[in-house]
Amino acid sequence: MAFPLLLPTWAMIGIFLLLPVILMAIYSFLTKEFRGGVVWEFSLAAYDQFFVNRGLFGDEPATLEWTYIGIFWRSIWQAIVATTICLLIGFPTAWFIATRAPTTRGVWLFLITIPYWVNLLIRTVSLKFLIRDNGPLNEFLMGLGVIDSPLPLVNTNLAVQLGLFYSYLPFMVLPIYAAVERYDFAYSEAAADLYASRWVIMREIIMPIVKPGIIAGCILVFVPSLGAFLAPDLLGGAKTFMIGSLIEEQFRGSLGNWPFGAAVSMILMSLVLMALLFYARSMAREGTR
Amino acid sequence: MDQAIDIEGAVKRYGTVTALHGVSLSIADNEFFTLLGPSGCGKTTLLRMIAGFEDITAGEIRLFGQNIARLEPNQRPVNTVFQQYALFPHMTVIENVGFGLKMKGFDATQRKARAGQMLEMVHLSDYADRRPSQLSGGQQQRVALARALAPEPKVLLLDEPLSALDLKLRQAMRVELKQLQEDTGITFIFVTHDQEEALTMSDRIAVMSSGRVQQIGTARDIYETPVNRFVADFIGETNLLEVTVSKADGDTAEVILPGGHHLICPAAGARLGQQHLSIRPERLRLAHGAGQLSATVQRVVYLGTDLHVMLVLEGGTQLVARLQNSRQLSAPEAGAHVFLDLDDGAARLLAD
Repeated sequence: MAFPLLLPTWAMIGIFLLLPVILMAIYSFLTKEFRGGVVWEFSLAAYDQFFVNRGLFGDEPATLEWTYIGIFWRSIWQAIVATTICLLIGFPTAWFIATRAPTTRGVWLFLITIPYWVNLLIRTVSLKFLIRDNGPLNEFLMGLGVIDSPLPLVNTNLAVQLGLFYSYLPFMVLPIYAAVERYDFAYSEAAADLYASRWVIMREIIMPIVKPGIIAGCILVFVPSLGAFLAPDLLGGAKTFMIGSLIEEQFRGSLGNWPFGAAVSMILMSLVLMALLFYARSMAREGTR
Repeated sequence: MDQAIDIEGAVKRYGTVTALHGVSLSIADNEFFTLLGPSGCGKTTLLRMIAGFEDITAGEIRLFGQNIARLEPNQRPVNTVFQQYALFPHMTVIENVGFGLKMKGFDATQRKARAGQMLEMVHLSDYADRRPSQLSGGQQQRVALARALAPEPKVLLLDEPLSALDLKLRQAMRVELKQLQEDTGITFIFVTHDQEEALTMSDRIAVMSSGRVQQIGTARDIYETPVNRFVADFIGETNLLEVTVSKADGDTAEVILPGGHHLICPAAGARLGQQHLSIRPERLRLAHGAGQLSATVQRVVYLGTDLHVMLVLEGGTQLVARLQNSRQLSAPEAGAHVFLDLDDGAARLLAD
């Protein structure tokens, strides 16, 4: 029998993709061990903790637990805002690069990716340094006389947004760039020839044709933004507690709760998968229209 | 009555490069007008200028008397059939055809009716709901035509629309395009580098080279009375000879061929001294007995309908004669010595 050529691929996917997810799924149904770790005994406690509120001592009638849903909601909202900002800035940037002369496009792309050669943690810490009360940004603005006292930026939602935007912008720029670069400007000419204004050309010709690039960029920014914990942790404060931090906390030190962390991860993953599935379905329907 | 298109002194410069050196021409309403020339001659630049995709460095373009040279493309009542068609890939065929109508404010019912009618005209009614990518090249070409004709432009611009098709289809489309132009009564401006295409379809042709119009005329004009060497050489096959004009008076001129042969030809464009002479290969005949020229047959190529006879005149000048292959014709053999006669007016003096 011939050597199965896809075996290495399947092995990679199995070991690095499926196995961790399966492990995580199993852990979410186990019993927690008090100093971290798990006891191999089936339990729904983690999901119960997430969804059901039985009062402080567990003796009250079960109601829906809002704490974690609130954190989810805040994270989703935060990720939507970050994705929107990345799109609003990333699209014109990608457009600009893709419409330069072919020889200079490479230079622009290189400049976009340079900051990403530095570790995310260090970049996030530097951002905090830049925007803190006596950091360069505030001192610059005060020096100009625009403001009298430092803008309190650190530990706000704004700072978290800034961090997410800064972390994930290239993931928006690159796929859109690829789509715009493939776009044939003869379509724009044809539309203008058929009496379409610039605005109509953008809305009815360019946007639909580069849409796959925009959607890919949005997914690439939205998904990691949703689970991000560095930016919320370092730039935000207790008020901006996100899913990523919640999960990370469950696995840290001896205070964590592994099954609960695993359960939160599974719920997050299901949400993302459902969103992607919904998107794939709607795209498939459009393709056959 | 205003001309459909009046171009006056159109200049196009890209930096230091001049693509058009002051082109002027007029195109009548309901005319099939062709811009013909080799690549880089400025024909496409001129067409794109009429459409509005290229701005004009200097000069004027009038459409039925109205100066349109500085209008945006979407404000010009002309439509274009693009070389690669540029059909919108995310729209169905009928949506493509209806796009111009939508932009002009027709409602959905009117659009559907008119676009349907256009598709019927190009025999694609069954393909209305397909995507352009699901059509063959020839079908895409028809959609592009229907799309450009749907808004009833005053002038239709066609940028080498047949060049992406295979030969058979191209030949069929020539006839169809001409028919379409006659049926719709719309002025067509057609750009091509293919002289056969130009000769078969056009009412008039402008031959262009290096940013200038060399000659404007009917197919017969430019083929039979080319004004210069470029036109004579570019259109069809020709024998170009360097001759000396020894006498030019009245209607005729006497020229001396390199080998010492004397020929009489029409005096049009003649001036004494060195000049170029064009003789079309099919205007040369084998003579019985004595003839105007004597030559030696070098090689005979059988082309089916014709025989291509390569000859050397005394003195070494090479000539090609194209003889119609008929039963009466006794084909000359290589090495044979023959006499040649020229039809009246077959030899033409050229102004460079």
